[in-house]
Amino acid sequence: MNPDINITIIDREGQCHDVKAPTDMAMNLMELVRSYELAPEGTIGVCGGMAMCASCQCYIQSDTPLPEMEMDEEAMLAEAFFVKENSRLGCQIPLTPELEGLKVELAPEEI
Amino acid sequence: MINTDILIIGAGPTGLFTVFEAGLLKLKCHIIDALPQPGGQLTELYPKKPIYDIPGFPEVLAGELVDNLMEQIRPFEPGFTLGERAEDIEKLEDGSFIVTTNEGTKHHAKVVAIAGGLGSFEPRKPPITKLEDFENKGVSYMVKNPESYRNKDVVIAGGGDSALDWSIFLADVASNVTLVHRRNEFRGALESVDRVKELKDMGKIKLITPAEIVDVQGNGHLDSVIIRKNNDPKEDFTLDTDYFIPLFGLSPKLGPISKWGLEIEKNAIKVDNTLDYQTNIPGIYAIGDVNTYPGKLKLILCGFHEATLMCQSAYQRIHPDKRYVMKYTTVGGVTGFDGSKKEAPKAVVKSID
Repeated sequence: MNPDINITIIDREGQCHDVKAPTDMAMNLMELVRSYELAPEGTIGVCGGMAMCASCQCYIQSDTPLPEMEMDEEAMLAEAFFVKENSRLGCQIPLTPELEGLKVELAPEEI
Repeated sequence: MINTDILIIGAGPTGLFTVFEAGLLKLKCHIIDALPQPGGQLTELYPKKPIYDIPGFPEVLAGELVDNLMEQIRPFEPGFTLGERAEDIEKLEDGSFIVTTNEGTKHHAKVVAIAGGLGSFEPRKPPITKLEDFENKGVSYMVKNPESYRNKDVVIAGGGDSALDWSIFLADVASNVTLVHRRNEFRGALESVDRVKELKDMGKIKLITPAEIVDVQGNGHLDSVIIRKNNDPKEDFTLDTDYFIPLFGLSPKLGPISKWGLEIEKNAIKVDNTLDYQTNIPGIYAIGDVNTYPGKLKLILCGFHEATLMCQSAYQRIHPDKRYVMKYTTVGGVTGFDGSKKEAPKAVVKSID
């Protein structure tokens, strides 16, 4: 069985990318964006995935069921900028088969 | 002027370990870091989190690793310039360098090792268009001199420890303290949250949640902020204030180093990974998370390795005529600049009668 799923990512320039995402490597959405280099290194996943910066913030554009937010993520989003109702931190969303068809847009980079 | 052999920029794990490897080669080090304490990200971001891939340590807390490194390098008496950011570099005719910080402190070194990690930690600024117009004219991102707020109106924004702690502190200094946060929940230490609640009940802190500052106004100097409650523009209101202090933590920026004429790629400094992690400017090295080369991994353990090779190259550069071969610490021991000496105990020869 091919463990890859399909995810759509709109980068910070508005460009749409349909990518294959592995679900068997314990990767998360932030790492997926980095693996396809859809945002320049150093502008995403700055803290390495500890929910301690908001550089991987994205807006969820599909009604795909997502894991619930944990306290760390909620607290970080409370301090992040450009936050919307549908904001999540990519590093807190593990890639699982349930995410098939997920569509997200990367939030702007904090200056 | 501070004089040293190797000037290290960045007091993270890679920068700290450089002191050890340089010390074995009898080279003196001085470290500059923008943060007030050594340890870099490890102490600033995640001191209580475990790391599992330091060779020989199945598990170590980030803060403990920094404590251990500080202990390991102590005999080599590194100098520190903390709380200052390396701003300018000048290469002298003899090939040495002068690095000046934002506070004007000058460092003269034969070799510069940039171990700057993700960059220097700078305050995160909320995206308010006119904010920068009022910087130092009512808007500041840290509290440097609390007395300047005496009998003034102060608005603080943020929900972490620094926002809570400064609200508590300034409640006794300023005439009015207003704390604005996007959520009703705060993520600071429990004592601080409780104390803010007490001060609020006593009327010494005004709490506005869930809300955020969406605009700043004034003529030359800040005189008011616009506060949006419940994320609803219809609930916007103006609050007169002398000062606005957004406290949203720190985020790393490559900063002035990116203007030193070094080759930059992917927000990192390109180095020669086939040899010694030297940059395109001879005598300036870049080690640890701050550098990039084919196959680069931003791991502490890789930073340690890079620091070690870099020091050998720095030795050759500083002492081009001297011959040297690397010696195991088990064989040679560790002789500190402080006169201390650690060495393996000699084997005891004893005959059996």
